Amino acid sequence: MKTVFLKAVLALALLASPAAFAAGGKKPERVPLPTIQVNKDRGEQCVEPTDVMRRNHMQFILHQRDETMHRGIRTVKHSLKNCINCHADPKTHSVLGKDGFCESCHRYASVSIDCFSCHSAEREARSAEPAAATGPRALKAAAKGTKP
Amino acid sequence: MNINRRQFLALGGAAAAATLAPGLRLIELAQARSPEEAAAAAHRWGLLIDANKCADGCTACVDACFTENGVTGHGRPATDAQWIRKVTLKDKQTGQVQSLPLMCQHCEHPPCVDVCPTGASFKRIDGIVLVDKHICIGCRYCMMACPYKARSFIHEDTTGQKAHAPRGKGTVESCTLCVHKVDRGDGTTACAEACRQAGHQAILFGDLKDPASEISKRLATQPSQQLRADLKLNTGIRYQGL
Repeated sequence: MKTVFLKAVLALALLASPAAFAAGGKKPERVPLPTIQVNKDRGEQCVEPTDVMRRNHMQFILHQRDETMHRGIRTVKHSLKNCINCHADPKTHSVLGKDGFCESCHRYASVSIDCFSCHSAEREARSAEPAAATGPRALKAAAKGTKP
Repeated sequence: MNINRRQFLALGGAAAAATLAPGLRLIELAQARSPEEAAAAAHRWGLLIDANKCADGCTACVDACFTENGVTGHGRPATDAQWIRKVTLKDKQTGQVQSLPLMCQHCEHPPCVDVCPTGASFKRIDGIVLVDKHICIGCRYCMMACPYKARSFIHEDTTGQKAHAPRGKGTVESCTLCVHKVDRGDGTTACAEACRQAGHQAILFGDLKDPASEISKRLATQPSQQLRADLKLNTGIRYQGL
């Protein structure tokens, strides 16, 4: 019954659409895909595989935020600071802006993030956190017990 | 082997502790913990402020705090955030004027935490009272509950925050006892360091639970006061020479 109803709706939509286009004159354009600048500033590989990061980055930073805020655990791996330090645009030093790493994709997905109403969107000066000790490469090496 | 500054300090501290007799340390044991280690109840961080050494008209501590934490205002003193402020006290009978810095007193029993409806206002296990701005709804109950007027509300959009001190419109904030520095093991706060550099040494940072710390030794041997001790909040900030 459900599928019959669905088919009917689809058929109606198909019938109606040419008329709608004819009235508008032009086929509506797709929302352009974001031009994401990944900017691997402090290493080649992200802290997790790309597909994991795409799906779960929000869980990682949410978890980290509570650990840091309430328990004082300041590991770099999943911290927002680490995201920004690596992915900030080399020119604007920011993850925001039209082509910014965070904003471009969230704007496309129509997800409004409020991280940056409080957090700085700009990366820290390089001297503050030596890349060798905190970068993804070093983290990986530390996990394996080898030198980066 | 690639070791960073913190690991180096920890090694040095351990070596110093190992080589000398107990209580006779060459270097004060590094207070740094590793980043993956949580804050511990073994510590309680606090300040000892000597009002006699606090210079009238000097704002080194306030300036350093605002610079360190990116506390910027909009030129509107009535509503701009104040993490720390200089208070001038005047004895009406003798005319004696005294100046002292006042900030969040990091109470053991903080009234701001009692009244917070969301759990945003909380006391960390090492005694530092903080606002979790992710949870803060900006109701400002804590501001009204605080007997020291230590908290501020951010009324306007904020830019130019420091990476270690996020601050934004619609939330309440106050002195964090430079929690990022504490976690890093700096062993001082921006205000204490600035006061030392200004040559007054009126502010001393330390661990109230460590009997070997300078702050504990001074508290044990010299008279000191809590502000509004009658409220029995057991503040982490103590004063001398009031």
